Amino acid sequence: MLFTSYEFIAFLILLFLLYYALPSRYQWKLLLAASYVFYFVSGWKNCLFILLTTISTYILAKKIDGLHREQAAYIKEHKKELSKEERKHYKEKIKSRQWRLLLAGLFLNFGILAVLKYTNFVIANVNSGLALFGSQRQIGFLSLILPLGISFYTFITMGYLIDVYRGKYPAEPCMGKLALFVSFFPQLIQGPINRFDQMKETLFSEHRFDSREIALGLERILWGFFKKLVIADRILTGVTTIIKQPETYNGIYVFVGMMFYALQLYADFTGGIDITIGIAQTLGIRVQENFIRPYFSKNIAEYWRRWHISLGTWFTEYIFYPVSVCQPMLKFSRFCRKHFGDYVGKRMPVYVASLAVWFTTGIWHGASWNFVVWGLLNGIIIILSQECEPLYSRFHARFRVTGKKWYSGFQVIRTVLLMSSLRMLDCYRDVPLTFRMFGDMLVHSRISQLFDGRLMTLGLTISDYIVLVIGTVILLLVSLAGRDGSVREKLAARPAPVRYALLYSLFLCVLIIGAYGVGYDSSQFIYNQF
Amino acid sequence: MMDEILTILQDLHPDVDFESCDTLIDDGILDSFDIVTIIAEINDEFDVKIGAEQIVPENFNSAEALWDLVRRLEDDE
Repeated sequence: MLFTSYEFIAFLILLFLLYYALPSRYQWKLLLAASYVFYFVSGWKNCLFILLTTISTYILAKKIDGLHREQAAYIKEHKKELSKEERKHYKEKIKSRQWRLLLAGLFLNFGILAVLKYTNFVIANVNSGLALFGSQRQIGFLSLILPLGISFYTFITMGYLIDVYRGKYPAEPCMGKLALFVSFFPQLIQGPINRFDQMKETLFSEHRFDSREIALGLERILWGFFKKLVIADRILTGVTTIIKQPETYNGIYVFVGMMFYALQLYADFTGGIDITIGIAQTLGIRVQENFIRPYFSKNIAEYWRRWHISLGTWFTEYIFYPVSVCQPMLKFSRFCRKHFGDYVGKRMPVYVASLAVWFTTGIWHGASWNFVVWGLLNGIIIILSQECEPLYSRFHARFRVTGKKWYSGFQVIRTVLLMSSLRMLDCYRDVPLTFRMFGDMLVHSRISQLFDGRLMTLGLTISDYIVLVIGTVILLLVSLAGRDGSVREKLAARPAPVRYALLYSLFLCVLIIGAYGVGYDSSQFIYNQF
Repeated sequence: MMDEILTILQDLHPDVDFESCDTLIDDGILDSFDIVTIIAEINDEFDVKIGAEQIVPENFNSAEALWDLVRRLEDDE
């Protein structure tokens, strides 16, 4: 059920009416039922996987939490008679049991994700290896289902399990509530990757009908629909045409495709998150923001702090820091300090952990070498930027460019171009082709190629181009207006006629120029495929 | 013990007044390099293990917070 489908809108209206008509103590139960209906519609087999993840996480978290309690009670009871050594030994024993339970959860759930998502990728690589050594033998691909949002809900649940293991908060005693946290339908399609401690209060508490919150939520949904239907789905045709026919669309058209895709991905993903946050807000639930105007970042590291924030913080907390401060890594750091000096010793844990994070980020986005290379290139560029920092500082001091508007503009454009270049790996069918097309763009691009007629063969009409230009300008203006505070708050402060006129115009835009209708198949969100 | 923590911090950023600053993370004074270095140094100096779960702003925002963390870990161990 697509967010942009009529079925989903009907589903949403029905849920909304029931949500505020029922006694508020039943609200979270209704949401759980609605989330499972939403998930069931995507395929009943999918439900088995999310149920398995939920039940296993529930049981293991309860057991781990039980050991935390047992330890606290035991130490309190035997405080006087236990020596420091005995207490330490006891704690280590409990920790070891908790660790085994955590590992069981991680292996089971990441194992399911790995098998369903990466088996055919492994088979393809084994087949390539066999062919390379002249073998005729090929392993057949498996027909595996990939449950809706598995990458998202696996990360959500494993974050919860690790937090309980770390003692950050107690395990949720009610399985239904945990099931709702895992399956909350607005976040299932493309996140954000929510945290239990941030969500439990807002998700399980009772919500009264609050017309202001509902109006703000509806505005946010409308804005999401505008991005998705007016911009992302319209430009999709152009992107697909360019990347599917690399021989025809070369030279400057590679650049056109690259920029089209940057716009499509932004409008698609942020639009989807707007719809998610908006739906939750109409139900009185606060979901964390996942973007802070990422295309205004001045370097890639900053971009990644502002794009898909929930994924970035997940990797930082659960991969980057555990890898960089684990005992073997600290030993390795000491070894490097001893043999290569302080400078190298200090950097090695961070760089190794960074590359681990970027490799995982890449493979999380998709089971292909394109994504692995994309992830690692992001990591390498961030590391190189870090190493060049003293050079940048000297340059900034020498030419006094820091704070100058033109220089900030240059940094923003540079980051957008760099990120868009890397994203070409999302588009073309394999890594060598991507690099070939990138080279072709650099060597053979001519402005005159834009007027050779090919621009009108991308599946976009003049009116599509006009809508896209106006839509992009609106996106840009809204982003600029958001630099010093929430645009919606500013809008809410405007006189009612201005506010309603703007909202009505936006609604008409979505209704009249949204890319849908008879014969048009509204496309799935890009991040749903990750 | 506090002096040793201050020395570790001042070696990283000699220009920062660590005795009074209590927004080392919130203001972005310490980055991931610094945090990993601090953990390695504390590990060597005090023989305590700071795990990833302890890497939260409350434990790294000031020298005093770090001192508290080390004391807690020493008590635990």
